[in-house]
Amino acid sequence: MTNKELLSKLKTIITPYVQNQVGLENLTEDTDFIKDLEINSANLVDVILDVEDEFDIEIDNEAMEKMLTVKASIEVIEDKLAKK
Amino acid sequence: MTKEDIIQKLPYTKPFLFVDEIMEIDDDHIKGAYTFLQDEYFYEGHFKNNPVTPGVILTECMAQIGLACFGIYLLKGAWDQGDWSVAMTSNEVNFYKPVFPGEKVTVIGEKVYFRFNKLKCNVAMYNSEEVLVAKGVVAGIAFKK
Repeated sequence: MTNKELLSKLKTIITPYVQNQVGLENLTEDTDFIKDLEINSANLVDVILDVEDEFDIEIDNEAMEKMLTVKASIEVIEDKLAKK
Repeated sequence: MTKEDIIQKLPYTKPFLFVDEIMEIDDDHIKGAYTFLQDEYFYEGHFKNNPVTPGVILTECMAQIGLACFGIYLLKGAWDQGDWSVAMTSNEVNFYKPVFPGEKVTVIGEKVYFRFNKLKCNVAMYNSEEVLVAKGVVAGIAFKK
């Protein structure tokens, strides 16, 4: 899976939980889920669970705490995919 | 943790405690009950000369049993009232029957998931005739203050 494909899948996952549409339109690797997209912490859990289902990986507490930006999330997903 | 311990650990008190007892609890489900008093504070205004338990209070009762009690159990001893707090994060509930002053309701909660301290639960409330009163999905999160 290329980085672009991964980003596209991640964008699809987060879209239903985003409150700031402008942030979503301007999505970059530096986008912060809470600050830029106004996803709340409860929906952040739903994002993680959807990521687990989409990529068939398991996210532990340590990885979850890192996944606050697009870039960090992609790194975690790539890392978990590599270990499969 | 006993069922009585869980109620003791709840962050609510009268007049906003809507759990009397927990009858069943395990990792997948909870069953609890509450009897609405004749003189609950909200009957004075809901409605004028026609006391009916507000839907938000029924939702709260389902959340206190299906999220707070159940969540404290699922946290397996990590919960501490001094350090932790809870928040309901979403709910979607349909109502089927009114609940009048003095009625006892039973709430059954079935875990959808409990991950990263967020609990999502299917909940249903029944009256003393075992007729469905309300049903829905509630979610909440426990966090350190």
